[in-house]
Amino acid sequence: MAHVRFDNVSKSYPGGHQALSELSFEINQGEIAFLTGHSGAGKSTLLKLIMLMEKASHGQVLVDGVNLARLSNGQIPYHRRRVGVVFQNHQLLFDRSVFENVALPLRISGYTSRDLERRVRAALDKVGLLRYEKKSPIELSGGEQQRVGIARAVVNKPSLILADEPTGNLDPKLSREIMNLFEQFNDVGVSVLIASHDLNLIGRLDHRVIALKDGRLLGERAAGERTAGGSTSGVTRG
Amino acid sequence: MAKNNLYSKVTASGGARQSRITLQSRWAAYVQHHKLTAVESLLRLLKSPGGSAMTWVVLAIALALPMTLYVSLENVKQLSRAWDQSSQISVYLKANTLPRFAQALTQDIQDMPTVAQAVYISPEQALSEFSASTGLSDVVQGLENNPLPGVISVIPKLDGKGSGAVEDLELALSQLRHVESVQLDLLWVKRLFQFMELGQRLVWALAALLGLAVLLIIGNTIRLSIESRRDEILVVKLVGGTDAFVRRPFLYTGIWFGLGGGLIAYMLLSIGLYWLSGPIENLISLYGSDFVLQGLSLGDSLLLIFDGVLLGWFGAWLAVSRHLAKIKP
Ligand SMILES: Nc1ncnc2c1ncn2[C@@H]1O[C@H](COP(=O)(O)OP(=O)(O)OP(=O)(O)O)[C@@H](O)[C@H]1O
Ligand SMILES: [Mg+2]
Repeated sequence: MAHVRFDNVSKSYPGGHQALSELSFEINQGEIAFLTGHSGAGKSTLLKLIMLMEKASHGQVLVDGVNLARLSNGQIPYHRRRVGVVFQNHQLLFDRSVFENVALPLRISGYTSRDLERRVRAALDKVGLLRYEKKSPIELSGGEQQRVGIARAVVNKPSLILADEPTGNLDPKLSREIMNLFEQFNDVGVSVLIASHDLNLIGRLDHRVIALKDGRLLGERAAGERTAGGSTSGVTRG
Repeated sequence: MAKNNLYSKVTASGGARQSRITLQSRWAAYVQHHKLTAVESLLRLLKSPGGSAMTWVVLAIALALPMTLYVSLENVKQLSRAWDQSSQISVYLKANTLPRFAQALTQDIQDMPTVAQAVYISPEQALSEFSASTGLSDVVQGLENNPLPGVISVIPKLDGKGSGAVEDLELALSQLRHVESVQLDLLWVKRLFQFMELGQRLVWALAALLGLAVLLIIGNTIRLSIESRRDEILVVKLVGGTDAFVRRPFLYTGIWFGLGGGLIAYMLLSIGLYWLSGPIENLISLYGSDFVLQGLSLGDSLLLIFDGVLLGWFGAWLAVSRHLAKIKP
């Protein structure tokens, strides 16, 4: 079964702007894919639909076979707990420590302190920030903040990770490391969808690419079809 | 970077499974989170002591006012008990009632449980008192027969049973044999009781109004707090916080405000009563009454504080329900 499935999905914002139009695609269980396109193409909107931060105007979004439009307000939090999200503007809380930021999803899910500490430390260790656990995120660099966001996204062991420009503020070396992290999660069976317009990075990696243009599916490049030179020219026009 | 030890179990379908949480540990975590939230909310209030103290004092005044009226009323009630004793009922007997029946009746009335004292005044006595007090002795002597009836003067023993008790006694007396009519000499006692009933209603009305004020004050404070923590609410919702989870810190904030307000109200009242007790007791003792100023009973004090807590919680709940829905997603 597809992990995420878009079925002829359109989204128009209240102002009347059509952010997504008649979009259909699937992401399989355990798949890793990039979502790319120009600024304003609709990448964030697409991720927001999966998170139920926005609702589709037409068509269906299914996650694990469940039509998200059918979820009641009371079920939405439980859906979100199964999806780890790295936000474009990382959305960290500056009034509490790095540790507490990462612990938040666990507190919400109902973990006791001991369990929680173990998991938060494992997640921080994973992103290489264990030594900063007592600091406030405001004392960290942009890249470090981004990694705290990643730790928070994975701490609850979601089966699906969505990342919106996770390498936005990072130098190429750090970007590479972050991508490596996502690949590691993917290796243990987590489905990963990464929105990015870092074409260089995408080009160098050999994963599936979904390209958007003005809210429409521009084309796809399947995994293993990487072209030499690190460009996305291999994306087939749809 | 460290080896992947975060995801340990991989399910058959390929997705990593969230580790199971038992019901028991979930409950433990729930209790733990409540404690944590309660403490955090309190610390947050204490972090801005100026603003919080102001809110506490305003709440305390709103809570203390109706309680002050209530305590005053209780004291007036106690005072009026002393005045009950001085009210008097005149029982007029039918003309030509034989003196020995009148004597027996007086004894019967004296034996009634709500009667402190009953004294028979014969027509002759009444006439001589009348002529002495009016100076019309010539006129009185010119009368062929005595026009005045016999009277039994009754002083009730009511022990503060309220206006109903006086009326009951009045009715009982009027139904006795040989009794022509009964007159309550001190109608103002009745009026006093009526005023006190009015006072009681005023206390309730004031309590309701000020209770509403407390709700609004807390509601507004919580609204500001929600606005200042908008980002946090958003993040909590995005990582799967339920409405109850989002609401919790604000409800505790409301409870702390209510509890603080209730405690300060209690202190204000206690100090005020202590301050007034000396002069009032001196004043009353001039009238020879053994009046003791009543303070707040334990029940009243607890009620005051509990009301504060309840109003605080409810005000916060109203504010949160109204304003959280506006924070999307
Ligand atoms: N809340 C909103 N209300 C109205 N229009 C919106 C809203 N959010 C996004 N849009 C519009 O929808 C379109 C797609 O926006 P989206 O944020 O999905 O783009 P994006 O591909 O993520 O861009 P970027 O790479 O700059 O992050 C844009 O034209 C944007 O102006
Ligand atoms: Mg975006």
